[in-house]
Amino acid sequence: MNTTRLHDWHVAAGAKMAPFAGYDMPITYPLGAVEEHNLCRRSVGLFDIDHMGQVEVQGPGADEFVSRLASAKILDMAANDARYSLLLNERGTVIDDLFIYRLKSSWWIVVNASNRLEDLAWFNKHKPAGVSLVDHSDSTYMIAVQGPRAIELLDLCAKDKISAYPRFTSGRTSILGVDCLVGRTGYTGEDGVELFFSAEAAVALWTGLLAAGRKHGIETAAIGLAARDSLRFEAGMPLHGHEISQAIYPLESNFKWACDFDKEFIGKAALEKLQAEGLKRKLVTLDVTGGIPREGFEVQSADGKTIGTVVAGMFCPSVKKMAANALIDPAYAKLGTALKVVIRGAGKDAVVVKRPLYLPTYRR
Amino acid sequence: MNIDKNARYAASHEYALKAGDVFVVGISDHAQSALGDIVFVELPAVGKTFKQGEAFGVIESVKAASDVYLPMAGTITEVNGNLEADPALVNREPHGGGWLIKFKAANPADFNALLDAAAYETEAAKE
Repeated sequence: MNTTRLHDWHVAAGAKMAPFAGYDMPITYPLGAVEEHNLCRRSVGLFDIDHMGQVEVQGPGADEFVSRLASAKILDMAANDARYSLLLNERGTVIDDLFIYRLKSSWWIVVNASNRLEDLAWFNKHKPAGVSLVDHSDSTYMIAVQGPRAIELLDLCAKDKISAYPRFTSGRTSILGVDCLVGRTGYTGEDGVELFFSAEAAVALWTGLLAAGRKHGIETAAIGLAARDSLRFEAGMPLHGHEISQAIYPLESNFKWACDFDKEFIGKAALEKLQAEGLKRKLVTLDVTGGIPREGFEVQSADGKTIGTVVAGMFCPSVKKMAANALIDPAYAKLGTALKVVIRGAGKDAVVVKRPLYLPTYRR
Repeated sequence: MNIDKNARYAASHEYALKAGDVFVVGISDHAQSALGDIVFVELPAVGKTFKQGEAFGVIESVKAASDVYLPMAGTITEVNGNLEADPALVNREPHGGGWLIKFKAANPADFNALLDAAAYETEAAKE
């Protein structure tokens, strides 16, 4: 089992730890998952996401290489831009989802811990000679600082004004004396940043940000993976292995916007074929009454016909709903359609509702 | 861990507390703490009869659904309606406002066979 450099801090803080993607990670702190979620929505949450991987790509031909692997349009990105993309296989299903940063002379690609080795193998398999690919995951630490007061806190701690960075851009600055690549990105639906910096500084920056929050009267707390999941779920963001995977086409889970059909990319032909044939499943969000709809639960039409499966479901603290993301027969995907989710053998009422449940603040 | 010395306990972490001619059932403080944030509680219909150790309801936390078992055989006389709107009451007041159901025991003497507070504390500490 891998541990992050904040492992001792999490344990000392009383976190319940559990394995995630090969790392022993904090699931909840004594605040509890619901209060951690709410705290991030009202002030500032800190997330240890060191399990995420970072790969740097550069050299002649790097632009074309990254563009062919990434589903999203990326060649129009200016230096410091950051953009969401999928990494597809030839079948058009999702190996991983990526955040791609265009730096001055390289591409900085953030990958999921659980897919890192497969991603690297895929990159290496397609990499032309002359393109260099370096895995910085072990030497780079990653912390997310998220919430409506995150930028205010960071402006007080950073050499440059983080508030001057537009959403989905990045910059390099010193935060509490630690040199950081700062991306104005995140996975919560709140404003905030993701910080990349030397792993040696992990404890200093983490505890420094918590201390700065106390000093400036900005409520700041560590948030575990359980709340990270409910924050991303409400905000309509996918988690690989649930809404997207190698068994799901991105068009089924509403990710056509992350696929640029005006360029060539691996998986494009398969997706065009699928589009011509028509989708057999579609991802919808269901508002459920009478229990928590969990992964794997069956979805039925109002008259009891099996029409799909829950891929993720939970209690959503901000909207106070029990909700599911489910892949279902597109004939039942219309907003307002009354369905059932089978919970402990009984069909519970479910209705197709608008996604996302919680509109990210930067989209309002 | 808070513990109600007047209650008696099942090894599966439910308590029974005598209240006149019925018993109040909830889950122990130890159990609510282990479950984490409780977000949904499913309770039986009043009038339903259960055997000793039979599942009478479900408590769903953020991470999982757990059955709750009746510590003694009996018939449900009341369910805690406040939990529908506020299931976290079980976390905040497991031995108070977060009770689950009341029941009339088939054999009230079964109460004496349950674990007393000290014995339950010893059992719970082993986990």
